[in-house]
Amino acid sequence: MAKVPGLVKGLGVTLGTLFKTTVNGSNTVQYPHEKETPPIRSRGVIALHQDNCTSCMLCSRSCPDWCIYIEAHKELAPPRREGGKPRQVNLLDRFDIDYALCMYCGICVEVCPFDALFWSPEYEYSEPNISDLLHDKTKLSEWMETVPEAPELEAGADKKKK
Amino acid sequence: MIALLAEVPYWGQSLLRVLGGLVAVLLPAGTIVYVFLFKMMSFMQSRLGPMEAGPYGSMQLFAEVGKWLQKEDIVPDRADARIFKMAPIIVLVSTFLLVVVVPFGPEAWFTDFETGVFYALAVSSVSVLGILIAGWSSANKYSLLGGLRAAGQLIAYELPMVLAVMGVVIQAGTMNLQKIVVAQNTGSMFGIDAIGHPYVISQFFGFIIFMIAIQAELTQAPFDMPIAESELVSGYMTEYSGFRFLIFFIGEFATAGVFAMIASVLFLGGWGVPFTWFGWTSIDDVANWMNFVGPLIMFTKMMLLVFIIMWIRFSYPRLREDQLQRFAWKGLIPVALINIMVTAILKVVF
Repeated sequence: MAKVPGLVKGLGVTLGTLFKTTVNGSNTVQYPHEKETPPIRSRGVIALHQDNCTSCMLCSRSCPDWCIYIEAHKELAPPRREGGKPRQVNLLDRFDIDYALCMYCGICVEVCPFDALFWSPEYEYSEPNISDLLHDKTKLSEWMETVPEAPELEAGADKKKK
Repeated sequence: MIALLAEVPYWGQSLLRVLGGLVAVLLPAGTIVYVFLFKMMSFMQSRLGPMEAGPYGSMQLFAEVGKWLQKEDIVPDRADARIFKMAPIIVLVSTFLLVVVVPFGPEAWFTDFETGVFYALAVSSVSVLGILIAGWSSANKYSLLGGLRAAGQLIAYELPMVLAVMGVVIQAGTMNLQKIVVAQNTGSMFGIDAIGHPYVISQFFGFIIFMIAIQAELTQAPFDMPIAESELVSGYMTEYSGFRFLIFFIGEFATAGVFAMIASVLFLGGWGVPFTWFGWTSIDDVANWMNFVGPLIMFTKMMLLVFIIMWIRFSYPRLREDQLQRFAWKGLIPVALINIMVTAILKVVF
């Protein structure tokens, strides 16, 4: 077959796409009216599981943008075993993430040793005012609901010891 | 239509002509922008284009016009203010002057110039002046470069356009656009009357050259160096804002429509259908209803040609400045000259 000149081929591509869009619809989505479901493990927003947080500050210190603010105080909790010493626990007073600064690198999620931070695919949290993008621990905990289940471990992997 | 107009006083006729001119320029321009710029381009890129304003975004154009009208009319500090403000109007007026000679029906025309082709080609180059002074008076290096590029390009491509039209004029034996339409619709090809004799067939090279030349005259891609946004911001339009930019914008697409109309008159038989279909032999036999159907036929042919112009615009990347000039002077003009020579020889032989 003779080679089709590039000029003609280019016209064919645009005309083909024109017909394809007319018949099959476009590749884009009319956003506010219809929504695309994001991929299940997409990085939409960082959610906080408060009970797991020990306010160790690792996430805050590893954040390249310094956008995580943590304040906590110590309290005494009842001992685990009968007759034991009361335990000392850290309780969160403040856990804020400034999403105006966050660059979604995910280092905080990676670095958290106690599984307190998770990626949620939630993405609709834009604000008209930039200062409203600073979200506190209540808001971050709400996003925990949309966090998907952790994927199954690979066959033969070590189970987590309780 | 003439019979109707005869009872209207002169000022009324003039008013009707102005209104008709506005409709003949702005209606195609609006349609072109919506159908091709908003919708066809989007579909070619697998998206839907504007969908919110009106059903399927059909009111988008009014929203855009409203937006531009409310913007501030900025004139740069060191610009030549009076000339700067005048430039877009010169560009748009040249479009309105151009539509004057286009016939829309057997009696539906604005003026019936005996040298209509000559007038159209002369007036179409007035817009170059508007663009050049827009570039010069903006006091901006990008505008100046854009204006100079536009001037160089429009002059380079005016020549093949004129030469391509000359073939049609030789073949029709007249410069009157109305008579060119009649000549195409009464003629016959190889003894077959069914499709008349549209010059797109016998003047095929002329048609191709003309279409390429008007693509460049309209500064549509791949010939959009004067407004090359990656090099010159927006060329001669850089400093314009608000309704003056709007006038440039309307001018661009209105001129596309009017040039397509002229091309359809010269090459596709204009408002007419082959006269043998209804047993007409000359323009005097043409039924009165053609004055109303003619503009619609004209509009259809215009949309077809604008579709080709826009299709090419949305498909091809921009040429380089030197490639552009070389293409005109070393490619199109020699071919156009040969076309004239062959046409003239064949005209004499047959």
